[in-house]
Amino acid sequence: MSQYEPLIGAAVVILFAILVFLLSRKKAVKQTGAVFRTLPGVKKMVRAIGLAVEDGTRLHVSLGSGSLIDPSCPSGLTGLAALDRIGQLTSTSDLPPMSTSGSGGFQILSQDVISQYAAATNTRDRMDATLAQLAGVTSFSYAAGTIEAIRDSGTSANVLMGDFGAEAGLLCEGAERLNTYTLAGSNSVIGQSVFMALSKDALIGEEVYALPAYLGVKATHQASLRVQDIFRLLIILLMIGGAILKVMNII
Amino acid sequence: MKSPLAVIVAVASGLIVLAGYFFSTPALISTRTTMLDWAVTLAGVAGLVSITHLIFGVHIRRLRESSSKRFFSLIVILVFLATLGAGLYLGPAHPDYQKVVTAVQVPIETSLMAVLAVTMAYSSLRMLKRQRNWMGVVFFLSVIVFLVINSGALAFSAEIPILQELLSGFHQIPAAGTRGILLGIALGSLATGVRILIGSDRPYSG
Repeated sequence: MSQYEPLIGAAVVILFAILVFLLSRKKAVKQTGAVFRTLPGVKKMVRAIGLAVEDGTRLHVSLGSGSLIDPSCPSGLTGLAALDRIGQLTSTSDLPPMSTSGSGGFQILSQDVISQYAAATNTRDRMDATLAQLAGVTSFSYAAGTIEAIRDSGTSANVLMGDFGAEAGLLCEGAERLNTYTLAGSNSVIGQSVFMALSKDALIGEEVYALPAYLGVKATHQASLRVQDIFRLLIILLMIGGAILKVMNII
Repeated sequence: MKSPLAVIVAVASGLIVLAGYFFSTPALISTRTTMLDWAVTLAGVAGLVSITHLIFGVHIRRLRESSSKRFFSLIVILVFLATLGAGLYLGPAHPDYQKVVTAVQVPIETSLMAVLAVTMAYSSLRMLKRQRNWMGVVFFLSVIVFLVINSGALAFSAEIPILQELLSGFHQIPAAGTRGILLGIALGSLATGVRILIGSDRPYSG
C-alpha cells in the first residue's frame, strides 16, 4: 500500500459523506425528484407486503449469518433498515414482521428495531420477544433454524438480506416448499449466484443496498443512491481512462 | 425517542476507528485497537445474550405449548445444558471437549452440505420455470457453457491455438462480471457505512 492510498480512501469517504448530507436536505430532495429504475423483485415485494396486511400473514426478514464486526455487516444493516420500513408498512397487520439472524449483535439490533417501530406505530401490545430470533450460530445451523422459524410463524413472504453463502440454497428451497414468496440479496457473490438460481427474485450487486430507498425509508437512502451513481460514473471514467493510458503505454 | 448520547457515542466511535484505519499515528492506532477489542468482547457478550434468549425465550416457551415440536425443544435445551456444563467444567480449549463438539457438529453440517448439493442441482433444473425472463435464460446458458468448459470436455483445445485463445477469453468473462458486482457491493457498503457514521441510519435506541 502506497503512502497516498489511505489519504485517497479518507478523501473518498469524506466526499461521499458530504454529498449524502447535501443531497438529503429537504431543499435538494424537493429540487431533484427521485427516479427509480424498475426492480421487478421489489415491486413484487411491495405487493407481498400489501397482501400480508390483508391476509393477516407475517413477513420475515432474514439478516444472514454474518456478524456485526465482520466487513460484510453493511448488507445486514441494510436488512435492518428494510425491517424497520416493513414494520412501519405492516403496522395495521394482525401479525407483525419477524426477523432471524445468525449473530448476537444482529439479533439484539433487530429486537431494538422491532421495539422502535412498535413504539412509533403504537403497536407494542402485538410485540413478542420471539419476533427477533437467533436462528443458529453457524451458517448451516442458521439455515435450518430459519426454515423452522418460517414454518412456525405463519409467514407469507421473506426478505433475505444479509451475509449468505451456499447455505442460502437450503433457505430458498425451504421457503419455496412452504409456498412463501422470497426476495433475496447478499453481499457475497456466492450467495447472489445461489439466489439467482433458486429464489423467486434476487437483487444483484448494488441493488441489495438500494432496497430501503425503494421502500421509501428516508431521504438519506435516496441521497446515498444518487451519490453511489455519481461515484460509479467516476469509477467507470477512471477505468476507461486508465485502460486508454495503458494501451498508449503512458502508465 | 433516541438518546443523543447513544448517537454521539456511536458516531464518535465509528469516526475514531475509521480515522485509525486511514491515519497511522500511534495514538489513533492504539485507541482503535482498544475499541476494536471492546467491540469483539461486546459481540461475544451479545452472542451469549442471544443464545440465552433462544433457549429461554423461544424453546422454554415452546415446551409450555402443546405443540408437536416440544420434543425437539427439549432436546435442544438438554444438549445446550450438557454442552455448557462440559464447557465450564473442562474449558472450551480442552481436547476432549473440542472432540465431542466437532464429532457432532462436523457430521451434521457435512450432511447438510450433501443435502444442499442435491437441492441445488434439482432446483437449478427448475430455474427456467421460476424465472421466465431473459436474465434467467442467460444465467442458465452461462451455467451450462461454463460447466462444459470447466469439465475438461474441451481438453483437446490445447492442440488448436484459436480454440485455446477463445476459451481463455471465455474464462475472463466471469472475472469481469464478478468485478462489476463487487464494485456495486463496495459502493453500497460505503453508502451504508456513511449513513451510520453521519447518524442518519440508527439501528439502535438509547
